[in-house]
Amino acid sequence: MTRFFSSFKALLAALLLLSGTALLAQDHGHADEHDAHAEHAEHDAHAHSAEHCDADTDHSHEGDHNGEAHDHESHADYAHGDHTHDEEFVAGTFIIHHIADAHEIHLFGDVHIPLPVILYIEGQGVKVFMSSAFEGHGHGNKTCELDGIAYTMHAEDGTTGDGTPVVSGQITAAADGSALTVYDFSITKSVFGMLLILAAMVWMFLSIAGYYKKNPGQAPKGMANALEPLIIFVRDEIAKPSIGDKADKFMPFLLTVFFFIFFCNLLGLVPFLGGFNITGTIGVTVVLATLVFFLTNLNGNKHYWGHIFWPHGVPLPVKFILVPIEVFSIIMKPAVLMIRLTANISAGHIIILAFTSLIFIFGDGGQAIGAGSGMGLFSTAFMIFMYFLELLVAFLQAFVFTLLAAIYFGDATHDPAHH
Amino acid sequence: MGALLTPALGTVVWASIAFLVVLFVLRRFAWGPILSALNEREESIAGALNEAEKVRKEMEELAASNENQLKEARAERDRMLREAREMADQLVADAKNTAREAADKEVAAAKDAIAIERKAAVAELKAEVGNLSLEIAERLLREKLESNDEQKALVNRLIDESPLN
Repeated sequence: MTRFFSSFKALLAALLLLSGTALLAQDHGHADEHDAHAEHAEHDAHAHSAEHCDADTDHSHEGDHNGEAHDHESHADYAHGDHTHDEEFVAGTFIIHHIADAHEIHLFGDVHIPLPVILYIEGQGVKVFMSSAFEGHGHGNKTCELDGIAYTMHAEDGTTGDGTPVVSGQITAAADGSALTVYDFSITKSVFGMLLILAAMVWMFLSIAGYYKKNPGQAPKGMANALEPLIIFVRDEIAKPSIGDKADKFMPFLLTVFFFIFFCNLLGLVPFLGGFNITGTIGVTVVLATLVFFLTNLNGNKHYWGHIFWPHGVPLPVKFILVPIEVFSIIMKPAVLMIRLTANISAGHIIILAFTSLIFIFGDGGQAIGAGSGMGLFSTAFMIFMYFLELLVAFLQAFVFTLLAAIYFGDATHDPAHH
Repeated sequence: MGALLTPALGTVVWASIAFLVVLFVLRRFAWGPILSALNEREESIAGALNEAEKVRKEMEELAASNENQLKEARAERDRMLREAREMADQLVADAKNTAREAADKEVAAAKDAIAIERKAAVAELKAEVGNLSLEIAERLLREKLESNDEQKALVNRLIDESPLN
């Protein structure tokens, strides 16, 4: 019961967080309507000045005074560039841009690492090209034309010309003026980060396994020594207490998930790397949650299903209420895992980015450098605190996800006859 | 915003493939060996600790038995010493007694002998005195006592002559 209640609380917290984000985004949406008009007309003419006032400097380097100075300058540029209004700093856009997935890794200023774009276009086959092929800077849509197909990478949520809804970062294609159906299998920032982490995990754990094989019964050294406490932590503090005798069966999944989430969270905290938000990307967490769903239900024993469809010791009328709730909870439990992880990691990034934004808001586009610098000092101090908190959260969320998955597996395989 | 809440198809596909591949690779080549190595090591450490505990107990028992043996030996020694001392005391006492008895006997015998000698001497003296008295009386009677002075002189002479000491 407590467990259910805590899941509920977490869900509530996640919803609150997300609604907060939505408010920010709406705010920015209004501002952008202006943008949209101005953008098309003026984009080319002001290509140079539109080129990054960088709202999107890397969040970690905001504390750095050089970075600030640079940004003030570019803001000042804008003031002269005569469209201060269009490019006014909008915290919502800035933040969402940084935590959302992207087709490139944004290092700092105008420096990006391009990533491969892989598209399956109906009737046209698979198209692979680098994201650097897209032209256009700033916050507007980016376009490119390859082999007679015109690609558009949308900057904002909205609709295409023919009314098809699109989300920011989505790529649409058109040939001869008619829209094509595009399936995007690009190696995006989150996919790239995820592959990086998974490759690192394979290397790390295979070399650790090799070490153990070579030195049986010896005290661990180096990487084995560093990671062994975590492996033992997952086994003794998560798997065994939650699952019991059948823990061994689930250990590979629990260990992989734990380290994957933990390392992804840590990668997201590394500054100057484009602020990876892998575990805050819903496409990644949905896969983890789906695996938990299948592992729980495919391993569910008679007692588990009995508990869902015919709970014992409950009066018949209550069963009519309880059974639908229990059936709903089959889906809800992994869904909550997904939402909690995504929301927590994104929230951490949002807070850090929000305090970065404060510097620019107080700096008022370079008009109030004193206020901006004062806020910069305060924000930096607070961000340092937040970074420490985020280090804790990085571990905590990996722990919570793994622990709850283990508890669900335990519920599914628990045999009351044995106790 | 929509991009934040909508799982992107490509991300889901890549995440599924990559995560599952890594899961299977690690399960086969990493987690299995690592977990079994950890288990083995833990067991061997637990075994070694048990062994050490057992040895410690054995050592304790050994030490205890040594202690016992030592105690017994000491007690044995004490007992033997005590017995020896008792025996020696006994011997000395016995010897003293014997000596005393022997001495007493000697003394008693000597006393007896002296008493007998004395009796005999007294008896002899008595007989001698009787004989002397008889002799004196005889001489007195024989010399017919001419005068008193002569008689007295005679008596005195006789007395002087007598071996009475």
